[in-house]
Amino acid sequence: MLLVKNGRVLDPASKTDAALDILLEGEKIREVAPAGKITAQQNIEVFDAAGLIVAPGFIDLHAHLREPGQESSETIETGTRAAARGGFTAVCCMPNTKPVNDNASVTRFMLDRAKVAGSVRVWPIGAASVGSKGEAIAEIAAMKEAGIVAVSDDGKPIATAKLARQVMDYCRSLDLPVIEHAEDVSLAAGAVMREGVTSTRLGLRGMPAAAESVCVARDVQLAELAGARLHIAHLSAKASLEQVRWAKSRGLRVSCEVTPHHFTLIDEDVTYDSRFKMNPPLAAREDREALIAGLADGTVDAIATDHAPHEPALKDVEFDKAPFGILGFETAIALALEQLVHSGRISLMRMVELFTTGPARVLGMKRKIAAGQPADLTIFTADQPWTYNVKKSASKSRNSPFDGRSFKGGAMATIVAGRIVHQVV
Amino acid sequence: MTQRFRDLLALEPLSADELTFLLDQSKPFQEIQRHPLKKLATLRGKTVALAFFENSTRTRISFGTAASRLGADTMNLQAEASSLKKGESLLDTVHTLDAMKPDCLVMRHASSGAADFVAQHLEIPVINAGDGTHEHPSQGLLDALTIRDRLGTIENLNVTILGDLQHSRVARSNIHLLGKFGCKFTLCGPAMWVPPELEKIGAPGVSIRRVFRIEEALEGADVVLVLRVQTERQYEPSISAEDYVLGYQLNSERLRRAKPNALVLHPGPMNRGNEITPEVADGPQSCVLEQVTNGIAVRMALLFLLISGPPEEGAHPLAEALPAKNRRSTDQKDPSHAAR
Repeated sequence: MLLVKNGRVLDPASKTDAALDILLEGEKIREVAPAGKITAQQNIEVFDAAGLIVAPGFIDLHAHLREPGQESSETIETGTRAAARGGFTAVCCMPNTKPVNDNASVTRFMLDRAKVAGSVRVWPIGAASVGSKGEAIAEIAAMKEAGIVAVSDDGKPIATAKLARQVMDYCRSLDLPVIEHAEDVSLAAGAVMREGVTSTRLGLRGMPAAAESVCVARDVQLAELAGARLHIAHLSAKASLEQVRWAKSRGLRVSCEVTPHHFTLIDEDVTYDSRFKMNPPLAAREDREALIAGLADGTVDAIATDHAPHEPALKDVEFDKAPFGILGFETAIALALEQLVHSGRISLMRMVELFTTGPARVLGMKRKIAAGQPADLTIFTADQPWTYNVKKSASKSRNSPFDGRSFKGGAMATIVAGRIVHQVV
Repeated sequence: MTQRFRDLLALEPLSADELTFLLDQSKPFQEIQRHPLKKLATLRGKTVALAFFENSTRTRISFGTAASRLGADTMNLQAEASSLKKGESLLDTVHTLDAMKPDCLVMRHASSGAADFVAQHLEIPVINAGDGTHEHPSQGLLDALTIRDRLGTIENLNVTILGDLQHSRVARSNIHLLGKFGCKFTLCGPAMWVPPELEKIGAPGVSIRRVFRIEEALEGADVVLVLRVQTERQYEPSISAEDYVLGYQLNSERLRRAKPNALVLHPGPMNRGNEITPEVADGPQSCVLEQVTNGIAVRMALLFLLISGPPEEGAHPLAEALPAKNRRSTDQKDPSHAAR
């Protein structure tokens, strides 16, 4: 048994913000009681959370663990260790592995690896189409049985409107969310950053915001047609957010996520350093402002990292040639605190919601601190200073634009199924 | 005034003083081009690596000639022959070149920022000889030198740039240089090649406007810079050559809208009959061949400055080689470098 005591418990599901002690037994929460009410018996391990915030386990809806197939960039072992260090207790891994997770055997492989080597829960996302090629629907029902929590052709959009509609229809009957990487690939062809003054100045090919928003517009209308659960991944443009807002106002089951890098950085920050290259690319100043407003007003449902490790040899090339993507797990909480909470834009409770009940709702799950619930907790500080040193990252890769950045607050301990998988000592 | 440069990657970060210094440093090298014997010993024993990852004829020959006229040796890497075709990374290729101990790397590459990226990894000075659609700093300098020679100034001129600006590194380098001297820019071409963002790429206060009718764009111009249509850098379907000629070709009649003594510049290679008529290209207002000659002078100055460091205040290493009228009035205390 593990007793987490003296912490300030923030539980969005019950709107609790109080000094509570939490007793964990096995993989479940056994008891939640006012501080000091649970007395430590001899066989109880005690975690003193004095001065810290105790929240339900954080969920990352969007990550790339690279296994199978690209183990030189990341593995389920190293990726989940980085996730644990970042305070995540569960990560959804995208299917663009090699081979693509488009059938139950790949799904089972991932889950088996996670059982053996994973520090946190791994919830695979299955491909929407075979090989994510946008031609035939993947074996979604079989993958669901094996354990996927959603489908996506992430890395690219579901190729055609017709296929997207079919996938949405099918997933409605399976009650699975469809996660869309919204991008009009013809508008984005050859682009390496967002189109704007910076791309023009740097001579880097840009994609307009519309490359994302026209696809979001397509998909929300298809979601209405199919009555499906649609989730827009790594939403970056103001115009896309307007589409989601419109969909929600019509009562559609449409949700979206925003990454820490999109609410922190903008296209003006881009240099020829490939650590600033990701897809969707860093957006305009006004987009970032709109995203923060959306995070505050509830239009945005979740913060997701889009953790996308690439080994140094792949990233240390000309900007044009570098693959898209940056690390995300270890800096997510710190960036959310810095950009959203310390800046006064959202409350600490809302931040916790964006990492817990928000993403859980997208997946059709619940997340709360109560007896009988899974013993997954994220324990963090909102004020302790620290500096990110990517050389010490648990990830196999080093592609973070936040290396050397000083933060106030971050994960202090991560508890998954009653076990402390990460602790700052 | 003396300036120190580690690399020359772009003109955008340079101040008006630094740019003036580079232009002034090029002057004595212009003299050399008029000598019957053009070879100096200034950089004897030094090696310049010319790494052209993208095809180039004139710029490569110009830098090569500049190096040899300074007495330096050159190492040549060309795209077709390079191991990049065999899958070697850019970084490995330049580290290999660097291990052969050149004193300077001149590089051209199809990716914007490639020279910047390489310079982060090498100790030796790097000169950007054109990176993608970003900058072509030596071209910007030679254009300014040509304008200054002909018009006596590069200040407060009306500069019209015609053509495919979106994909032009030459246009960017020109805007970044001339913009620091109060020049006003009129950009003209089909809208997809002249995006509105171009109006904001200059330093604060630099006037850049887009005009879509060529007649209007040429009105009152002191300098007309004609660009080639860079089909190799475009993703979107190009407009037809006929349409381009109809809308944007610089011909004599259109040129009459500019000031009577307006200059016509073209960075080459020129497609006669397409973006410019032969009449204009060969006319009295054309500076095309002077640009080429000045290119060598500018590149000699750059190689000299980056490899040898700046000259002592008041002294110029070419002092002995130059006719007395070109010498500065201050003491000539460094006779160590002389013409062969």
